Amino acid sequence: MREPLLELRSVSKSFGGLLCIDRLDLTVGEGEIVSVIGPNGAGKTTLFNLVTGIYEPDQGEILFEGRGIVGLEPHKIAKLGIARTFQTLRLFLNMTVKENVKAATYGHTRTRFWQSALRTPASRREEREVDELAEERLAFFGKRLIGYRMEQPAYSLSYANRRRLEIARATGTAPRLLLLDEPAAGMNPVETHEITELIGRLRTEGGYTILLIEHDMHVVEGISDRVVALDHGEKIAEGSFERVATDPRVVEAYLGARAASGE
Amino acid sequence: MARIGTDEWVSEQELRTEYYTGLTAPARRAFDRVGPGPRFFAFLGICALFPFLTDSAFLVRVGVNVMLFALLALGLNIVVGWAGLLDLGYVAFYGFGAYMYAWVSSDQLDIHLPTELAIPVVVAASALLGLLLGLPSWRLVGDYLAITTLFFAQIFVELALNLDRVNLPWRDEPLDLTGGPNGIPGIDRMDIFGLQLDDVRDYYFLLLILMALIAVGLFYLNDSRTGRGWRASREDPLAAELMTTPVNRLKLLAFAMGAAIAGLTGSIFAAVQTGVFPQNFEVVLLIMIYAALILGGAGSISGAILGAIVVAAVPEILRTPDNARWLFYGALVAVLVATVRPWKRLAVVAGAVIVFGLAVHGLVAWLWPEGAAGESPGGAFAGLLDSWVLIPAENQETLGNVAFVLLVAAVLCLTLLRGDERLFLLVPTIYLAAFVWENRLIEQPSVTRQLLFGAILVAMMTARPQGLLGTPRVESPV
Repeated sequence: MREPLLELRSVSKSFGGLLCIDRLDLTVGEGEIVSVIGPNGAGKTTLFNLVTGIYEPDQGEILFEGRGIVGLEPHKIAKLGIARTFQTLRLFLNMTVKENVKAATYGHTRTRFWQSALRTPASRREEREVDELAEERLAFFGKRLIGYRMEQPAYSLSYANRRRLEIARATGTAPRLLLLDEPAAGMNPVETHEITELIGRLRTEGGYTILLIEHDMHVVEGISDRVVALDHGEKIAEGSFERVATDPRVVEAYLGARAASGE
Repeated sequence: MARIGTDEWVSEQELRTEYYTGLTAPARRAFDRVGPGPRFFAFLGICALFPFLTDSAFLVRVGVNVMLFALLALGLNIVVGWAGLLDLGYVAFYGFGAYMYAWVSSDQLDIHLPTELAIPVVVAASALLGLLLGLPSWRLVGDYLAITTLFFAQIFVELALNLDRVNLPWRDEPLDLTGGPNGIPGIDRMDIFGLQLDDVRDYYFLLLILMALIAVGLFYLNDSRTGRGWRASREDPLAAELMTTPVNRLKLLAFAMGAAIAGLTGSIFAAVQTGVFPQNFEVVLLIMIYAALILGGAGSISGAILGAIVVAAVPEILRTPDNARWLFYGALVAVLVATVRPWKRLAVVAGAVIVFGLAVHGLVAWLWPEGAAGESPGGAFAGLLDSWVLIPAENQETLGNVAFVLLVAAVLCLTLLRGDERLFLLVPTIYLAAFVWENRLIEQPSVTRQLLFGAILVAMMTARPQGLLGTPRVESPV
């Protein structure tokens, strides 16, 4: 197996008496696409919130590139190279499409505010770079987000384009690991197919490692190197899609004990 | 820019077609072509000419007031318009700047720093105070931050009122820090690199230069990583944080910059007034600054300046009954033009109002001559009005009060009615409004001023809820 980029060691998190993540071990290797599946409430999004630093685990370690990231502020973790999208879209709706991506470059730019206010040559140069970067990231999605759309407010985008912009914004932070939280939610079959292809391109062309939460099994089947199934915060199965999808515990978690025993 | 509710296809279509239509379209297109830079310089040119166009010291003083408001609104725009933090303690920074300047340039503490040193000291101290009072914004947002910061504003006034007898362990005499309710008089005039600022006019130019510099700086800052960081944290702090933006640090920066600008403005206010008093920095002023920013359009630099002009200048224009009358009838006509359409219907209403007035005037003069015998106090187009509006010879006040109540009832009815019935009621309502105005309101300019000012603000905000120069925003669904 390749060198792990992200590693969770026996991570637990509970809210009050509710144990959301229970001694979870997980590794994601460089260049892998790993899917996390599980019924609603299994702790998938909590897992993302732990990795990105929104929550701190009660116990356990989270290592990124071999370095512990528990307790770091979320923006520092993001700067290290972990970017994510949100299941419920959280775009900067009143900013333009381009500004949404440009805003994500904050961590990798260094102009101080007085330099910006005086518009020094250095600040101008950096601003040009950021501008080019944003256009390049938006161009990744074909013609959908470029052209006249770049200068329009994000709220004017359609639902599917908002999902695409979320991914474009996440890539604006220059990440190594992309956490995609249900990128195909609410999309029609054509768009779902398109997003599956796109996730593949994100790895081959963008060079990102991808950890994915997805309910649509077509997407999961199509692109995952490895699938991890969660239920009640516990890892119940791990391996190739075929193995996990036929695992009795996974079938039980989704459909109930009777279906799993074949009755 | 697409409007809220228009979908992609429509907005794409809009870009292909002309955005402006109608008679004013060429002018508006030309205005857009000119661009923000030249427009701003043209505006500055007009502002720079203003003191030369008038001899009246009062008008220049109003100009100084406008500039003070503009600077305050620009500072508040950083905190409220961009960073989205509801800071109700803003006026405390203004007051702090003024008192700070007073301490370092008056006999109060017997310190007289040169102005070139005093201003940086005041600005730095204000920014530091901004950092400190911005700390609650790390944990509190929205309403909770608002009440906490409002508390800071109140503390400031209380401190200014009560720090006139401070007992210090190493002094026998209590120290008089703020002069209590009497404030600190006798503040030094400013003297910048040998340039003595004595006249109100000098301060006007100082303020104009500062306003121009700060507005340009903020314009650049808005379109930079800092500005984007502020706006992103306003839109969605969690998403901004996860997109590498240090939200808490940017919140403090916004507070500090707002406070620095407010402190700078305060120091100039102190110098131009040559004294500071606690009642200069009360919550009423805070509301006026907010009114300027929201009226102009929070988040917009030109909006903040325009809002300041409206809020600071309109009450002064209304001071003279003649001007007030122009504004009153002007506003009435503007509302009619805006709401009654098409123009044929408008013409019918206008004609009906004139005929209705003449008929009522004639009828009353015939039946009860006393009722139409009075005369208006004169002024603009008084002669025309005298034969149209009823002005009773006596009991003007009582009749005016009765009419006022009737007017309120009529306006309420107007909001309930629809279609032709509304149009029928509109005619007597307008006449009633004119009657109330001429008999009751014009007699008491101080009250009228407030009423009319409030009405103008309400009308403007109804017409453009996003502010005069603001862009409409959507609320985040989260």
